Amino acid sequence: MSRFLHIARRDVRLAFRQGIGGLMAVMFFVLAVVLFPFGVGPEVNMLARISAGVIWVAALLASMLSLEQLFQADFEDGSLELLALTPMPLEVVVLAKVTAHWLTTGLPLIAAAPLLAVLLHMNTEGFTVLIVALALGTPSLSLIGAVGAALILGSRRGGVLLSLLILPLFIPVLIFGVGAVDAALAGFTVRPQLFVLGAFFLAALSLCPWAAAAALRQALE
Amino acid sequence: MIQRFANPNRFMRLSAAVVPWMAGATVILGAAGLYLGLFQAPADYQQGESVRIMYVHVPAAWMALFCYTSMAAASATALIWKHPLADLAARSTAPIGICFTFLALITGSLWGKPMWGTWWVWDARLTSVLVLFFLYLGYMALVNAFDDPARGAKAAAVLALVGFVNVPIIKFSVDWWNSLHQPASVLKLGGPSIHPSMLAPLLLMALAFTTYYFWVLLVRLRAEILSTKIRAVRLRQVHG
Repeated sequence: MSRFLHIARRDVRLAFRQGIGGLMAVMFFVLAVVLFPFGVGPEVNMLARISAGVIWVAALLASMLSLEQLFQADFEDGSLELLALTPMPLEVVVLAKVTAHWLTTGLPLIAAAPLLAVLLHMNTEGFTVLIVALALGTPSLSLIGAVGAALILGSRRGGVLLSLLILPLFIPVLIFGVGAVDAALAGFTVRPQLFVLGAFFLAALSLCPWAAAAALRQALE
Repeated sequence: MIQRFANPNRFMRLSAAVVPWMAGATVILGAAGLYLGLFQAPADYQQGESVRIMYVHVPAAWMALFCYTSMAAASATALIWKHPLADLAARSTAPIGICFTFLALITGSLWGKPMWGTWWVWDARLTSVLVLFFLYLGYMALVNAFDDPARGAKAAAVLALVGFVNVPIIKFSVDWWNSLHQPASVLKLGGPSIHPSMLAPLLLMALAFTTYYFWVLLVRLRAEILSTKIRAVRLRQVHG
């Protein structure tokens, strides 16, 4: 446990010491959402209608952009090999790095989401659900993405490849995340969608570290 | 048993004998299925003649799932037992599977335009098959993304296993969600709810598609093994 915390703390600290670079994902998120009023026109009803989908898609893309670096730097400077040599299971290393990734990108995305919802004229009934849905959904994104990030280590054109690998797997999270917010805006119950998002998170939590660790072992062979 | 065919020479001998039979079976079954489906089977009382698209669409969709399942099984075999042919089989299955998936999507939308009045709807069955298409694409991109082919094969094997979660979702999507796509009518409890005059060509076409898959797969596998041999011979010539 203390080793887990140690790795997570190290990754969070590394992200903070990059200064503005560590907040790149959030800035991308905000900029991508801000583009939409220019793209579809500033009409209030239109923006309110698409707000949930736009925020979720932008969160997906922002999360994916930052995932490319999840193992890359450690792989290049060799510290990943040292981490693999520690007595700790590689699955725990993956989990620690995913936790750090979520703390440095998922959490800021959730913090920025209400502001963007205001900019897109989303009805206030949707705010709480949007935050809860993002809180349940973004950890799944980090977990699923870790598998992709481990698979592309050492490949050519890793970034484009990563999007091809993990965006199809992100689709279920997107469907139910947007579904929850839309249900709240329409005045329906949101529990089913949130339960499904929670189920996705638990399934990803139990399966993805193993797949990512298997991929890491191959990369280190 | 599983190790018996790890010997490439034994596999080459066996596959050389099987390939003509598979080719013959594909031609005969396909011709019979097409004849029964296009000329003998009755037109549907609601859908008219366009029901005949089903004789291509349904087998193609079955094969799309069958190929992905085979690819995942071969990938698991390659990862667990380090079976050299399983690696090649998984890699050679992907392009065939993506073609079947594409065929199922295209024929489905050609049928959907007159029947549903639209080329495409975003419902569970169609979306999950589209995801399957992208999974195949990702697999093929990952296999070829590394300078070391062995690394690419292993990474892609992990991806094939991860993506397998999509297969049961596709199969049961019509039961779990209210879908525009009709639910299963052949493989279901209580026997098929489809008339024998339509079931016969459907099953013949499904068999033809299956033998076609094995035919093309064996040809591709033989080509892969031969190209490996050619590479080995060239390397030996270069190094003297």
